[in-house]
Amino acid sequence: MTVAVMATCLGDAMFPDAPRATVRLLRRLGVDVAVPDAQTCCGQPMVNTGYLDEAVPLVRTTVGAFEGYEAVVVPSGSCAGSVRHQHRLVAERSGDAALADGVARLAPRTYELSEFLVDVLGVTDVGATFTHRVTYHPTCHSLRMLRVGDRPLRLLREVRGIDLVDLPGAEECCGFGGTFAVKNADTSVAMGSDKARHVRETGAEVLVAGDASCLMHVGGLLSRQRAGVRTMHLAEVLASTAEHPAGER
Amino acid sequence: MGATFVGMPPFPEAARTALADTRLRRNLGHATATIRAKRAAVVAELDDWEDLRRQAAAVKDETLTHLDEHLLTLEAALTERGAIVHWARDAADACAVVAEVARAHGIDEVVKVKSMATQEIGLNEALAARGIAAWETDLAELIVQLGDDLPSHILVPAIHRGRSEIREIFRTRMAAAGRPAPDDLTDDPAALAGAARLHLREKFLAARMAVSGANFAVAETGTLVVVESEGNGRMCLTLPEVLVSVVGIEKVVPTYADLDLFLRLLPRSSTGERMNPYTSTWAGVTPGDGPQEVHVVLLDNGRTRALADEYARQVLRCIRCSACLNVCPVYERVGGHAYGSVYPGPIGAILNPLLKGVGSDPVTDSLPYASTLCGACGDVCPVAIDIPGILVHERVKVVDAHRGDRPKAEALAMRAAAWGLGEAGRMALGEKVSGLVGRLPRRRGMPGGRGALSWLPFPGSRWTGARDLPTPPVESFRAWWRRAGRDEEVRR
Ligand code: SF4
Repeated sequence: MTVAVMATCLGDAMFPDAPRATVRLLRRLGVDVAVPDAQTCCGQPMVNTGYLDEAVPLVRTTVGAFEGYEAVVVPSGSCAGSVRHQHRLVAERSGDAALADGVARLAPRTYELSEFLVDVLGVTDVGATFTHRVTYHPTCHSLRMLRVGDRPLRLLREVRGIDLVDLPGAEECCGFGGTFAVKNADTSVAMGSDKARHVRETGAEVLVAGDASCLMHVGGLLSRQRAGVRTMHLAEVLASTAEHPAGER
Repeated sequence: MGATFVGMPPFPEAARTALADTRLRRNLGHATATIRAKRAAVVAELDDWEDLRRQAAAVKDETLTHLDEHLLTLEAALTERGAIVHWARDAADACAVVAEVARAHGIDEVVKVKSMATQEIGLNEALAARGIAAWETDLAELIVQLGDDLPSHILVPAIHRGRSEIREIFRTRMAAAGRPAPDDLTDDPAALAGAARLHLREKFLAARMAVSGANFAVAETGTLVVVESEGNGRMCLTLPEVLVSVVGIEKVVPTYADLDLFLRLLPRSSTGERMNPYTSTWAGVTPGDGPQEVHVVLLDNGRTRALADEYARQVLRCIRCSACLNVCPVYERVGGHAYGSVYPGPIGAILNPLLKGVGSDPVTDSLPYASTLCGACGDVCPVAIDIPGILVHERVKVVDAHRGDRPKAEALAMRAAAWGLGEAGRMALGEKVSGLVGRLPRRRGMPGGRGALSWLPFPGSRWTGARDLPTPPVESFRAWWRRAGRDEEVRR
């Protein structure tokens, strides 16, 4: 089957390592990968801020770009959640029945990366090697919108050489929240600082999560604090091998 | 007395002030963590919790769909049992009824059992304006009232206060309200509770009229229910001659049997107890026993407005357990005052706009944005209200309510972003331009080798005030795919 990778707008423009790793990982697992040219952004920033009209063309673009693929893999819990749970709202608002149909067809074929690996491919050992001390932050939308549960941890535990340590208060929100990070910057930073403190307590060198957006927020705080902790997307760790370790440029 | 939320700044500014208060942060963090753990432990004891939630949601939904019929049944049952029923469209209506009852009996002092509804309508202030003093008898409420303060939690209104602050409030303020605090009062919890008990006992014994709320109102039997932990409610409900209960119209449940469900869900969700210490029920008047004149004020005050919203009306299922506050990471950091309402936290962020209507004032419009949409609130809610979904729904209403205004920077930014992202070619062009920024040499790098932006002009400063931002990558994913990714050999 040919699987389409949804890079997400943030992944495409700011954190290309994550979708790149997703492509390499899937190919290594024998999956035929496509990256539809027409994709841009799923519209989540607009929907979550209340701008439904503005999201309509983005949902239309997304539905069009991924039409016809058996599965769509998204290295982001929140964008997968947006396709699965929010696009319907936008389509209803547009009053476009064809769009609503497209949305209904796309939603069940869209998977967050760890869901696709564990549920569709049926693997937890993806043959990765990553010899670092790592802690994992389960992002809110993965956890509570998609219910990915412990799938990412099951994948990480199988990585050769990894020293995986528990993150205190792991399930608490990091404070990013999309436009919340600027609309309520003070509260966002207060929450993120607590998350960063917990990360430092673990002594990990790498903070891993399945959402580039949350990593951008916590990573931005860790960087400002000169904490010496780097952030990495789950896909990068899983794509990492002894021959081509993650972080190599 | 007389503190009100009117004139509060919108949430982001109020939150900034609260965040600077280290004592508040500490008190709140400690209290919410404790109660969260207690709740989680007692909820885990039941293996049918999810079933109970679903049943409770279904009962409430059914009741809300036929609310008019259930309310008429309730009115008839209450009347038959000797209570006098009043209908109040808004706060002014309801306050006038209570004041009129007091005036008819020549009463200038009433005792109250903690009631969100009477706080919502500003009853204490309205009575004070007519020369009637209203005394809160719940310990935390008493602390808030004596401190000329505002409640900051549904269940633990003085959650933001520490022991030494409470001692100070008692020492300096109790005398003006009645029996003074003992001279040797310490900040030992037992000593503080003892002082409050003596102070309140005088109030209970002297009061001729009480005002209460109700947690539930059973339509079939005309039974009102109050659950509480200190026994002050039972004192208020049984000692005075006259009782006025102010009850939101959403409190109705159809049958006595329905209570079973809610009395199991509420204490576990709110105080983390299996059962709450005092459950008082009353129905009308019993000659020679308890209040001999009972009034029930059925309060709308925006509830029918919320009911009219087909999707968001589920907010009226809320049983005010406060589980969503205790689990909310935003509430935990900023406390209740920042929400500018007696209903703080996630429930306040949706209930206030639904009761008052969006576009009514800047504070109310800021509330649906006082959340990261992390979803923790929806997961704990014992009546399964889709709080995150309603937050988004209310944001849409806020944006739509302001579409006719001169567009703000945010609206312009959203439109510009939607345009830039609307088509792949435009997005690729944007990435090319930002890639040039990525090539500029940076003094500092983030761990892992990316350049870091540590300062951006406003509004980017809202981000870089405390956080670095990586510089844009030299090559976008899209560009990589076209250049090499499409044909890359599989790396094993
Ligand atoms: S919204 Fe749900 S969790 Fe929050 S107070 Fe109401 S019933 Fe409790």
